[in-house]
Amino acid sequence: MTNTKALSLGYRIKRSWISYLMLAPFFLLFFVFTILPVLSSIVLSFTNFNMLETPSFAGLSNYRHLLVNDQVFWIAFRNTMIFTLVTGPAGYVLMVFLAWFINELRGFIRTLLTLLIYAPSMIAGAAFFIWFIIFSPDAHGYLNGFLMRWNIIHEPVMWLLDARYVLGVLMVVQLWISMGAGFLAVLAGFKAVDRTYYEAAAIDGVRNRFQELWHVTLPLIAPQMFFAAIMQLAGSFAVWEISVHMAGFPSTEYAASTIVTHIVDYAQIRYELGNASALAVILFFLMLVVNLGLRKLFVNKVNT
Amino acid sequence: MRAIRRLFRQGKIGNRLNRGVGGDLLVVLFVGLFAAFSSLPLIFAIMHSLKPLGELFLFPPRFFVMEPTLENYVSLFQVTTNMWVPITRYLYNSLFITFAGSFGQIVVVALAAYPLAKHVFPGRSALNQLIIFALLFSTTVLMVPSFVIMTYLGLVDTHLAVILPAMQRTMGLFLMVSFMYQIPTDSIEAARIDGCGEFGILWKIVMPVVKPATMTMLIFAFQELWRSTGDGFIFTENLKTLPVAFSQIQAVGIARLGMFAAASAIMMVPPIILFFVAQHRVMETMAHSGIKG
Repeated sequence: MTNTKALSLGYRIKRSWISYLMLAPFFLLFFVFTILPVLSSIVLSFTNFNMLETPSFAGLSNYRHLLVNDQVFWIAFRNTMIFTLVTGPAGYVLMVFLAWFINELRGFIRTLLTLLIYAPSMIAGAAFFIWFIIFSPDAHGYLNGFLMRWNIIHEPVMWLLDARYVLGVLMVVQLWISMGAGFLAVLAGFKAVDRTYYEAAAIDGVRNRFQELWHVTLPLIAPQMFFAAIMQLAGSFAVWEISVHMAGFPSTEYAASTIVTHIVDYAQIRYELGNASALAVILFFLMLVVNLGLRKLFVNKVNT
Repeated sequence: MRAIRRLFRQGKIGNRLNRGVGGDLLVVLFVGLFAAFSSLPLIFAIMHSLKPLGELFLFPPRFFVMEPTLENYVSLFQVTTNMWVPITRYLYNSLFITFAGSFGQIVVVALAAYPLAKHVFPGRSALNQLIIFALLFSTTVLMVPSFVIMTYLGLVDTHLAVILPAMQRTMGLFLMVSFMYQIPTDSIEAARIDGCGEFGILWKIVMPVVKPATMTMLIFAFQELWRSTGDGFIFTENLKTLPVAFSQIQAVGIARLGMFAAASAIMMVPPIILFFVAQHRVMETMAHSGIKG
């Protein structure tokens, strides 16, 4: 191959026509159904828009309103950050361990256990009711009943209504349902590692399965690990459904409000799409910063 | 206990290389406990569908069904056979959207993932960044702009309004690129020297190796499209999907709760079957052809 740097950009683009041809269908659809809507909502974030009248230009007033006047924004911001800092890393570590352990199993039992662990994220909406019963605020809730039988507490705790507990409860539920896309991807990554690597590693002195994981498997599946990290990050930052379903909307003292529940509030209840879009832009930049941090961690191991 | 020990001896659990029995026990225990915990929603949904009406409204609610009955399924069957639009029509719509969307997504994503992972061309790293950025933007605020675009393209009230957006899932592309990135460039170069075209390389060399990724993507795409309600773009009754039909059943009144529980349980069956088949295929095909870093 000739030195690509020395060739002109026009020539390099022309020579890569087949690459662009292969990319065309996806990026055409991507432009129409993702890029255009995102760009429009960035534009809308600088307007007043109630979904009925034509948007009117408002400059930075939406952002000023959110950052200065809107107290719920800062509660939601704080909740989202706490939520992400806990469930992001904790869910990630749990996910890697579960995928690793499952990969140690074989045959039908492996597929069955994978399904059971993945099930909560598969049936999503249908699953909220069960947590509702577990964390029910009266003495009949499973958790209250259990704790009272063992005399750990003496009267029922209002898990989902008490501003002190609700965020913690949501974190537990989030960990429970976060074995989704990232989990399956890492599991598939584990599965795809060539067996000869383990044999070679054993000859080179790897003596137990943890050494094998650390020195052989994880470096090989770095791209899948990066994928899972991004999915975990996006999932934690974008949490809202479990909050709305379990803690109510709005929750007690906004204790379970997150940035996305706040977006939903502006977009679907108050019809202030300008504010909702501005919030989405703020959230986007927040995630972008964390994403750049993650990229540093995975530097040189992935192609992006 | 004896059964577990026998599994070890036969080598059915674990790779055997560098594996001790103590570690195996720990693995089984940990995964088993977590799986038991995670299976609660699934078991509950099935239990719920078997409860007679009296038990559904029981307070305090119970996890297990006391007097299991198929009455919810029977009445669901009766209601669905007497609908204004036949239930098979909704079923057909859901199946069509699910299969067309999943298939389209795999083709379109695989085509784009290959050059992003393995070609050198201007703009490659920018596009790779872009697909990750797209995952970070909250979709809640995109409804209105999307609707305007759909209207402009004349896609409102067609199945394409669901199928076309499903074909450009950045999550699927990101996943596919991650797997294709691991394929050794040597094997691709070798095929190229043998005179194989880029489409041929993708089909014959790349796709067989990334089968775990394809199967995983199929699982995601299938379950997303199977529960699609038309996303607010489909209004003609004839074009609506199965989840919409089932939620309409529930909308009639609270006495239909049992039927809805039965419907929810039925809705879970196809994704679970697909999950089993897809995961099993991942196992079979990957025994010998693996990624070499």
